[in-house]
Amino acid sequence: MKPMETLEMIDISKSFHGVRANDNINLKVSSGEILGLLGENGAGKTTLMNILYGLYQPDSGEIRINGRRVTIDSPRASLEHGIGMVHQHFMLVQNHTVIENIALGYTRAPGLFPQKKIRDHILSFSKKFNFDIDPDKKIWQLSAGEQQRVEIVKALVNGARLLILDEPTSVLTPQETRDFFEILERMRTEGQLIILISHKLDEIKNLCDRVTVLRKGQVVGHAETCGLDKRELARMMIGRDVVFSFSREKMPREEKVLEVRDVTVDGDKGYPVVKGISFDVYRNEILGIAGVSGNGQRELVEAITGLRLVNSGSISVNGVDITNQSPRKIHNNGVSHVPEERIRFGIAPNLFLYENAILKQHHQKKFSRRAFLAYGRIKAHTKQLIKDFQVATPSINVQTKNLSGGNIQKLILGREIADQPDLLVASHPTYGLDVGATEYLRNQLLKRREEGGAVLLVSEDLDEILELCDRIAVIFQGRFMGILDSDDPLRTDIGLMMAGTKELEPKDGAHAARHCH
Amino acid sequence: MEEVIISVAQRTLVAGTPLLIGTIGEIICERSGILNLGVEGVMAVGAVTAFIVTHHTGNPWLGFCAAILAGMLISIVHAFASVSLQSNQVVSGLALTMLGLGLSGLLGKPYVGKPLEVKINALAIPLLADIPIVGPIFFNQSPFFYMAVVLAIGVWFVLEHTLLGIRIRSAGENPKATETQGVNVSLVRYLSVLVGGGFSAMAGAHLSTSYSKSWIEGMTAGRGWIVIALTIFALWNPTRAILGAFLFGGIFVLQYLLQPLGISPNFLAMLPYITTLVVLLVGGLRDSRRLNAPAMLGEPYRRGER
Amino acid sequence: MLRVTVTDREQISAAGTFFTLVLALAAGLLVIGGIFLCCGVDPLFAFKKIVSGSFGSLYGFKETITKAIPLILIGGGLAVAFKAKFWNIGAESQLLMGAIFGTWVGLNWGPALPGPVIVPLMFLAGFIGGALWGLISAVLKLRFAINEVISTLMLNYICAEFLTLLIVGPWKSPKKFGFPYTDDLPASAMLSLLPGSRIHTFTLILALVAMVVLTVMLFKSRFGYEVRVIGENPDAAKYAGIDFTRTTLLIMIISGGMAGMAGVGEVAGLHHYLSYPDTISSGYGFTAIIVAWLAKLNPCYVVFSAIFFAGILVGGDAIQISLGLPAATVDIFNGTLLIFLIMGDFFTKNRVRLLSKEKV
Repeated sequence: MKPMETLEMIDISKSFHGVRANDNINLKVSSGEILGLLGENGAGKTTLMNILYGLYQPDSGEIRINGRRVTIDSPRASLEHGIGMVHQHFMLVQNHTVIENIALGYTRAPGLFPQKKIRDHILSFSKKFNFDIDPDKKIWQLSAGEQQRVEIVKALVNGARLLILDEPTSVLTPQETRDFFEILERMRTEGQLIILISHKLDEIKNLCDRVTVLRKGQVVGHAETCGLDKRELARMMIGRDVVFSFSREKMPREEKVLEVRDVTVDGDKGYPVVKGISFDVYRNEILGIAGVSGNGQRELVEAITGLRLVNSGSISVNGVDITNQSPRKIHNNGVSHVPEERIRFGIAPNLFLYENAILKQHHQKKFSRRAFLAYGRIKAHTKQLIKDFQVATPSINVQTKNLSGGNIQKLILGREIADQPDLLVASHPTYGLDVGATEYLRNQLLKRREEGGAVLLVSEDLDEILELCDRIAVIFQGRFMGILDSDDPLRTDIGLMMAGTKELEPKDGAHAARHCH
Repeated sequence: MEEVIISVAQRTLVAGTPLLIGTIGEIICERSGILNLGVEGVMAVGAVTAFIVTHHTGNPWLGFCAAILAGMLISIVHAFASVSLQSNQVVSGLALTMLGLGLSGLLGKPYVGKPLEVKINALAIPLLADIPIVGPIFFNQSPFFYMAVVLAIGVWFVLEHTLLGIRIRSAGENPKATETQGVNVSLVRYLSVLVGGGFSAMAGAHLSTSYSKSWIEGMTAGRGWIVIALTIFALWNPTRAILGAFLFGGIFVLQYLLQPLGISPNFLAMLPYITTLVVLLVGGLRDSRRLNAPAMLGEPYRRGER
Repeated sequence: MLRVTVTDREQISAAGTFFTLVLALAAGLLVIGGIFLCCGVDPLFAFKKIVSGSFGSLYGFKETITKAIPLILIGGGLAVAFKAKFWNIGAESQLLMGAIFGTWVGLNWGPALPGPVIVPLMFLAGFIGGALWGLISAVLKLRFAINEVISTLMLNYICAEFLTLLIVGPWKSPKKFGFPYTDDLPASAMLSLLPGSRIHTFTLILALVAMVVLTVMLFKSRFGYEVRVIGENPDAAKYAGIDFTRTTLLIMIISGGMAGMAGVGEVAGLHHYLSYPDTISSGYGFTAIIVAWLAKLNPCYVVFSAIFFAGILVGGDAIQISLGLPAATVDIFNGTLLIFLIMGDFFTKNRVRLLSKEKV
């Protein structure tokens, strides 16, 4: 089989539960070229690459390698065609050594003593690309950058000609990022085909030859990166200029509700992902935190709502210090939370609707009588709730999991808002919802604002942020790039800030721009 | 005095043999990620199959093979429930135990009290058996003993130094990553459960064709549960299982020997279980990573989970 | 080429669940019949004997109720634990611990106290004994992350040996001709039986009341709500502010305590003295797992499910005598029915279809 020279995806479409994740996508990448795949979360990048890697099957469309049509129905088939993928969340067995991880997927690994026999093979690869991996170390002992190199070697060792890299620098330090760029360059000269998925404009512009931009499942443009204006890229990624469809009257910013000072929070891996953030939220205002997923906003929200410990700094609501208090105490202090993963955190799916309607409030006096739940009052409350918040359901006695995503979200929102909380924290509240539910939810947030509540809105949808928020904070790698007033003329730079370009000193983070040919 | 030591040591190894065999199988199974609480039942099935086939054919090795086959067949129940149906592994394992014990009791009833005419007797290894003290203890044992030790080392080797072993262990540690590397996790787990069942049945065959004088009701006497404890005590390492099996075996032999000294045999009998808990406790205090429990043990895995 | 697809089933009616249950049991009985056939036992005769032995005669029915009593208590306790996904396999030893505590109270305080005082005290002691033993596994899980399946299993054996230690040693009665039994409980401590049967009514009423209490607790109280949320979605429970530690400890107190009371019932109502672990617990701790599972973890249904399995146990005794089948035959019933119940469970949660493989 001739080594891969070109790969094309033609009219690829894929839907999940009626939502079109990929809509007639066309893409082409050639040998010795790095193609960037740019888009926000939910744009369809990962779905597309999973199709290429054989984890999903497209509903329609075809894939061609060197002009010939191929079928990829499993990761194994993908490997055999010479496609390798480095996932954003590494697919490594933590307890095993580097060699054992590589041997696992190595199609030509010998049955006996695989560790010994492929060791030389790995070392020669490492030398070729100037890696520095100790084959006998366990994965959990390696840094993120080293683990990534293991992933790359894993793919290369199987003869991958096309390497798909999903948000590769999201877990790397600036130094590791620089090393990574060098590796990439070397692979390109070797004739590899590379697809780089990223939301960081600098990366795309500096590393990639061409870029395909996805938005809401569709291709919105292809471009050569040479000479391309970053603003142009940002505009392609985020979309058309926003038209304000909500009327939002200016409201005085007087009473402070939430005060966050120098908060540092550790992520799951033990190192800080929120690095000294300070901000305030006032009554009658919606403060938006804009940013691509994975920049610390989830952990920040968890710290505020009591689901994660704060390393240093303080958080207070209405003057009461709630740093590191229990979720229930924080809730009792007037903080409500519409969680990011609504099914995973927001409801108990098999319980009935009315049981979920009081998930966080079941201990309150109005729903309980000493040790017992007052189901009469709970059911009445639920009936009112589903009416007020337009939750479509045949009855309150159905299992909650049977509702559509949008209706579950409305239920959760209703539950959290009905309390008239002083602070409402909403994480990606309209993610994955249809237009109607989205519109409805946004209206509810505005209503809360009018009624005197403070709203902290975390979202990747810039349309949403611009429509709803009075002030906008942009988060990137654990820090706020800036807090803008929504009337501030600088708001068009938000896309750049989200992608880390703005406010970042090009000292050691950015790679020198390539020369265009 | 010397004779006492030799006798105790010999009996220790005999007592530990079925434990070791069963543990090797359960280690394979659990390392692939499936918890199998059905060991007691499969062991019982192996015991009764070996006995009946040996009784009717006069060939204990035929019984041996039949037992392994039977053990693997009945383990399909647990494999199917755990891997394909992704049901609760605790419950399906218990079901397998009950079914196995029931079948063993029912099929074995006509044979209660009957001895086997042809048994698998101790096999003395020439020359080695003549070494003073060590000889009679280690080299004049049932073939099952030799098999057990060889298999323990062999399975250790397969798990640590072959590609198959890496795949099995990865399936138990991180099935998602394993699947993306082109390995069929379901198949690996199915086979691991079946092989584990074969081992449990082999242990049962030892009990009925080598160890016991005749068929008795309740042949397995709870050994299957000890195997489950042993698997953890051995930290899922077959070579450590050798030590553990004979340690536990020794406790059973010593139980009644130490009685005249005032040490309650019941207290001694508790020791294997208490020790297992202590091992886990200490491990839980430190970094559990070093405990070596397969990370996804007992968790069902659905392919292509979004 | 055929392909099997499995998708989540969105909704199943109560009728559908019941129908699947009946189908599962029927299929199971069919397989059991087949097993009997292969072993040279006439299945129809065996089934008839089992039914007549357990429900067909008055004597059999009374025996069934007698055996159902501990199953109800333990099954109810397990339903609570399993509802929170705490896999308590240690009911056998929680029962024994309860029996031990209860017997101690009975033997030591019994002679001095009248029946109406000593009996509740014994049950209280039994509850405490079982609860304490159950708490051990809860603490081991919460503090040391030890899987409760393993810890409860180990504790089963430790307790069994402990009991044996007691009855051959310090608690051994001099009046029992050298058998390892304790003294008999004083008359005031022995439970009165329903005339003409072995049904110890106090425990029976206790069991039925307990099931009502547990059902109300699970479905109507705040605590029960928290238990169910933890079992359904521990992440949501944390988000909802539910105290995982406190709830887990309480669950095991209840679960262990129920089994402990069952132990007291067995000793005070039937045996009247402590003897070997197997005699006292008779595998109830394990059978109760299936009882709870069949009852879909609802304490009220546990009553029926317990009677059903008690019937199988009594029927098993009947065919043991009449057909000369071993006691272990009952295990075939338990095991096979459980397997089919698991499969039935799967079908209520998933829709399986056979499709022809499409070409991509």
